[in-house]
Amino acid sequence: MQALIKPLVWLGALAPLGLIVAGIFDLAGQSLGPNPIREILHVTGKTSLNLLLITLCATPLRELTGQTLWVRPRRLLGLMAFSYALLHFLVYAVLELELQLGELGRELARRPYILVGTVALLALIPLAITSTDRMMRRLGRRWQRLHRLIYPITALGIWHYYWQVKADIREPLIYLGLLALLLAWRARSARLRRRSRQVPAASPR
Amino acid sequence: MKNKDENRILPSEIPSESSFFERRALLGGLLAGATLPSALVSAQQSATTGTKAAASAGTAAGGGTASGASLHAAPPRYTRNAALSVREPPNSYEDITTYNNFYEFGLDKSDPAEKSGSFRPLPWSVEIGGEAEVTGRYALEDLLRPHALEERIYRFRCVEAWSRVVPWLGLPLGALLQRFKPTSRAKYVEFTTLLDPRRMPGQRVGVLDWPYVEGLRIDEAMHPLALLVVGVYGRWLPNQSGAPLRLIVPWKYGFKSIKSIVRIRFTERQPRTSWNLSAPDEYGFFANVNPAVDHPRWSQAKERRIGGSFLGSRIDTLPFNGYANEVASLYRGMDLRRFY
Repeated sequence: MQALIKPLVWLGALAPLGLIVAGIFDLAGQSLGPNPIREILHVTGKTSLNLLLITLCATPLRELTGQTLWVRPRRLLGLMAFSYALLHFLVYAVLELELQLGELGRELARRPYILVGTVALLALIPLAITSTDRMMRRLGRRWQRLHRLIYPITALGIWHYYWQVKADIREPLIYLGLLALLLAWRARSARLRRRSRQVPAASPR
Repeated sequence: MKNKDENRILPSEIPSESSFFERRALLGGLLAGATLPSALVSAQQSATTGTKAAASAGTAAGGGTASGASLHAAPPRYTRNAALSVREPPNSYEDITTYNNFYEFGLDKSDPAEKSGSFRPLPWSVEIGGEAEVTGRYALEDLLRPHALEERIYRFRCVEAWSRVVPWLGLPLGALLQRFKPTSRAKYVEFTTLLDPRRMPGQRVGVLDWPYVEGLRIDEAMHPLALLVVGVYGRWLPNQSGAPLRLIVPWKYGFKSIKSIVRIRFTERQPRTSWNLSAPDEYGFFANVNPAVDHPRWSQAKERRIGGSFLGSRIDTLPFNGYANEVASLYRGMDLRRFY
């Protein structure tokens, strides 16, 4: 399982991209429908959000099961989430706006949801850059602090989604609920850690 | 993106007749005797029936509709109204009937086609009420009987910034409304969709306050472009497109064009319409297509012409969806930013 986890993550994370490509070329019964660009935007955006939330599940799963297996693919998952977010933006800029940069500027200024999404993408860049083993070693404790940014980034991503839904806000609310649950878990773990430090006899380190 | 070659209509192209017929052949028995838009089938004599001759003549009285609950048993007979049709090539039947919003059958744009299969639109009746001399409940056949059906190729612009071109089949709304002799108090017309969560599963989800309600000012309703629609592409409306009776108001965003209508009321006060109630700052009562007035969350300056190519299918949105010459006078003196 230890050896399999990363190939599995690769496979799972690339599957949505595979479906998009199959849809573009009408392979394997896949279709993107009459509005393919909208569909690609939707799939890449949601996959990015899914991957961000799965990334955030790693630590709670380790704490619940005592297995380090879950945190091994964490950086890979984060990089995949970033890649889909970047692809989402590129499809928007190149296919949707057809690279009219003036229009991109106007949209950024006038559409809060696009601004929110762009901020989330930009904030992911330093995390992606520092995801190598070398950067991890170099940054030490600061690495963890930096990478906690993933929580606000995920929140921005959900906000970005919520803000463009026409009427059915159930899905963004489910994402929000999951994020809240994960945050609550972190808060609980932090409290337990603090308590165990205050009572040194109870937890010899 | 299935059948790419068939569906991708470049602006300069008319759909090829052979592919049009291949698609229709797939649709099975319904093909038999179907009347087709003659502009699209001029070379395809073998597959058309006698009604086509009347259709291309453009003048024959084609309005005879079947009677009784067997309305849909025979294909619709109609004439083409070229004067009120746009010149742009229509989208494919598949594009039109597999990608649309009809929340009564689900929230995805593929849901209406996928989840409306078991819906039985007939028998159907419509209640006419409110500020009119003649009111009551009428069988759909009786409502349609005095009217000649015509085909009109209209642009359709969704508030979500996508658009297409559709050969609708219908009758002028105004002509039908006049039969009920609206009184001087009839300032608006209110339309209501069927409320039946058993037949329309989307109504079990409270995303909108069901039933769906839309409305027009009486002068808008009487405008010759306002169309009561019973068919598309020479066939009766499929369930997902709002069978058996829907509205098409081509100069307004698509959500004004209410589907599966069971009630029409003449009112003195402006009807409370569904999307306007749901998000009043985003969806106005008038909802005229207007590139200068953005949706609060997205631009309305451009639109994606669906079924087009990957690049270059984003086109400028026109005031009143290109029907400004015909309808702008209805709104003279009105601040269209305020009354969006």
